[in-house]
Formats: sequence, C-alpha cells, structure tokens
Amino acid sequence: MSADTAYTTVFGSLDRYEKGGVQVIDDRVTNYAFSNCFEIASKAAPYERVVFGQNQIYVLETVRAEGVSPWFTCAHDEFALCMDGEVEVHLVKLEAEQTVPDAEHNGAVLVKGEPRGAKMGWMRLRRGHQALLPKNAAYQFRAARPSVLVLQTCKGDLSVERWAEICQTA
Amino acid sequence: MNAIADTVPVQATEPHATLGYRAFQLGGFSFRRDEYFAHIGWTTADGRPLSHTMDIGAFLRALMRDVAWGFFYGGVNFDHVFGTTNHYKTVDLYAGRFNATMKAAGVDRLENFPTPQIAATFEQMLDDWTNAGFDPFAAPQETGSPYGRKNGSNTAKITRARELATRCVGLKGDLDLRSDERGAPVNRAFADVPQEQPELHPEPGFENEVHAFNLFGFLSRSQVTWNPSFTSVVKHSYMCPTTEEHILPIIHANDRVEWFFQMCDEIHWDCADKTTGKPLARVIMKAGDMAAMPAYCRHQGYSPKRSMLLVWENGSPSLVYEIQRGESPEVPVVF
Repeated sequence: MSADTAYTTVFGSLDRYEKGGVQVIDDRVTNYAFSNCFEIASKAAPYERVVFGQNQIYVLETVRAEGVSPWFTCAHDEFALCMDGEVEVHLVKLEAEQTVPDAEHNGAVLVKGEPRGAKMGWMRLRRGHQALLPKNAAYQFRAARPSVLVLQTCKGDLSVERWAEICQTA
Repeated sequence: MNAIADTVPVQATEPHATLGYRAFQLGGFSFRRDEYFAHIGWTTADGRPLSHTMDIGAFLRALMRDVAWGFFYGGVNFDHVFGTTNHYKTVDLYAGRFNATMKAAGVDRLENFPTPQIAATFEQMLDDWTNAGFDPFAAPQETGSPYGRKNGSNTAKITRARELATRCVGLKGDLDLRSDERGAPVNRAFADVPQEQPELHPEPGFENEVHAFNLFGFLSRSQVTWNPSFTSVVKHSYMCPTTEEHILPIIHANDRVEWFFQMCDEIHWDCADKTTGKPLARVIMKAGDMAAMPAYCRHQGYSPKRSMLLVWENGSPSLVYEIQRGESPEVPVVF
C-alpha cells in the first residue's frame, strides 16, 4: 500500500490519548457516564480496580498495572484486555480451601496468604491482547512499566467506584 | 436461505416485468423496490393510504442487520419513520410510531408478528433485492452499487452466520480465531495493526486454561461492519466488539442500558429520545473513551475510518422486563 493511501490506526496510551466528550443538546451529561481508561489509569494507584462501566451486577474495570499485583481469585471467569504496555499474567490452580467458598459470589477477592496449588503457567499480554482469568484460579499481574488493563467481571469487594471523579460532569 | 424462510409462507409477487424485483406484503405493510428506492406502504387507522421512501442502499444495509441479528435488542429503527421492536418471540413492525409528528397526526401503524413470519419475509426480501456485487454488510468503499435493475444475487454474503463465542474466542471447541486460511484477511484500514499472538507458557495439562488471544488482530480481520459479535462471556455479560466504518445503518433504541468502549480511532454518536426522535446529545468517542447509552435513547454512530468498538451488553433475559417494571433504571449510574 502506498504512503498516500495507507491508513493509520490511532490507539491510545498512558502517555498519549485524546479524550472526546459529550456535546449536550438537551440531556443530563452524567447519564452518559463518559470517561477515558487512560485518564483513569494515569490517576489511579497500581492495581486499583476502578469501575468505569456498570450494568447491574456486571462491571468493566480500568486497572493501572505497575509492578507486581496481589494474588486475586474469583468464583467466576474474568477477562483482562491489555490497552497499553506489557503485562504478565501468572496463574495458580488453587487448592479448594483457598477458593471463594460461595460459588455465587460476584467479583474478585484477594487470596489469603500465598497461593497454594499447581502452577498453571503464565502469559505475556501486549496492547490488544485479551486473557482468560479462569474461575477458581489465582492470578497475579506483573508489569515492568505502567500499563493499562480493562477487566470484564462482576462488581465485587475490590471494585472502586468514584464516578464523579472519572466522568464528564459538565 | 435458512430453514425458517423455507417453511413459513411469504406473500410475494412475481418479479416485476421491467425491474425484475418481487414486491412483498406483510400484514398491512407493502414493500417494493425500484432502481433507487425502497417504498413502504400502509393504511392509517382512519383508512388513508400513506407511504415512505428510503434509499435502497440504506434500506438494505438496515435490513441486513435486522436479519443477521434476529431483530437484536429492543428497537431497530431503519430511519426516523420505519423499524422493528423485538419482543423475543414476536416482533413489532412500525411506521411513524416513534416519530412524534406522525404519531400525533395519527398516521402511524404498528403490527405485531410471530418472529418466524417477519423473519421469513425479511430474509426473502433481502435476498431478492440484493444484487450480485453489492454486500450490504460492507462499507460503501468496499462494495459495489445497490442501484439499478435486478442483476443476480449475493446470497452467500447475506447469510453469514453470526459469530458468537460461548466462553472465549480461540478456546478449544469455541469460536475459532480468524486467519487468511479461514477466509478472513486483514482489512485494508487495519493493515498497520500488529498480528502476533500473546506469548503463552502453560504448564502441562493447563493448555486450554492458560489462554489469551490477540483481540485487536481478530477484529482487524472482521469481514463486516457494524456487527457486534461475542468474544468473551461472564455470566450474562457479553463483550461484543465490532469494526465500524461509515454510518451505523440503523438507529438502535435498546430496551436496556448498553455501553460503548472505543478501542481505536473515533466514532461520533447521535443520541435522541427513543420515543419521539428528539435530539438529546452528540457523543464524540476516541481511543480509550467509555460511554453509557441510557435505555431511554436511540443512537446512531458515524465512523470516518474503520474503527474498533467494544459494545458491552447485559444479555440477561429478565432485564428488559425489570426496566419496564421500573425495577432497573434507564441510567446505569447516578452520581
């Protein structure tokens, strides 16, 4: 493809993003809960799970991945999508006593102590890569440089909500 | 065509002597096409004839989505006059019902049909009116003209199966990854999108649980526009990413809240009141932006370059009724 017809796909990053916005005609701007994952991650503590999408019990969370995370586990599947940088995901098949006791419990929890069980393996995610975080496994993120993840999960004990700070309000 | 269209009777005429297209009747609605337009006719409550005209390309692009999505969630407006509302076993077909002026004038019409009946009519109309060389799932720059007299057909392109993962794309027994070999080359507008898969280092025995895939690479190989497809599932939380170019061919009036997460490039959304069509807001979304579409609005997107959009749906079958009963809000969060 010649240079004059080639397309450039514009992705965002922590260092470089351009935020759009709601142009109100006749409505309440907060009803659109408009935010940007790179802006959220740029102001978040490492591995805070900031809710930026919610539909009843379900959420999408933005995570600033930086350094080594705690070990998380969950009674249901979750997914992690890397939006910027490079993140390793390490998995351990938890022994039954360390899994979430209630199979219906929504959202991730912290593993108490070091995870016990077989090492399942690990993955290296770059921008656009999406990983399964299988239910009842323990998972840990490791990122040498600040990176951005989006988690598909349910709202749980670790979900942080601060809508007025992350969303367009005027 | 699928089994429904073969078994449910459809009211259609013989092909027009000059134009070559069939005309269709569904309840009190009539449909015909000519070289440039789709013409929809109906009778008002007080017995007067009324009609509506759409550009045939716009009509076929809208019809394609409605057919492929099985009438989707809630309202699928083809434009400011005509469309369908899904009730999941039956479907409303309407003209002017969600147009404040036409509704006030009493010239609107709404009829409810069993889903197989309207599906069969729509499938046959789409097949008859789509000529060879026109793909109503493609962006305008990628396909031929919808105009002119009957000239062959394009059945393969209008009967693509909807791609739905049950847990995650690429898992054994689930929806396959896309590749050149599977007939899914990288789209011209995503030629610069990296294609390498994530590094996986499973321990023996965990090969199908240590799983990741290149979602952006997967999307860069989408052969259609504006077609949300499931890639990962958590209970009733469905990630439905899709690639967008030109205009969303319908104005979607969902019966529940949905969310958009713009993953690259940009889309501009027109949001309007779903009952009246009154403009409410424009939502400009760039890479990394997230926005809710409240359940009271209808929306239509404009994507100047082919872009990757994550449509995030709550597919709970009880949700629509919870909203109707006022148990679930039309706005996802209040702050």
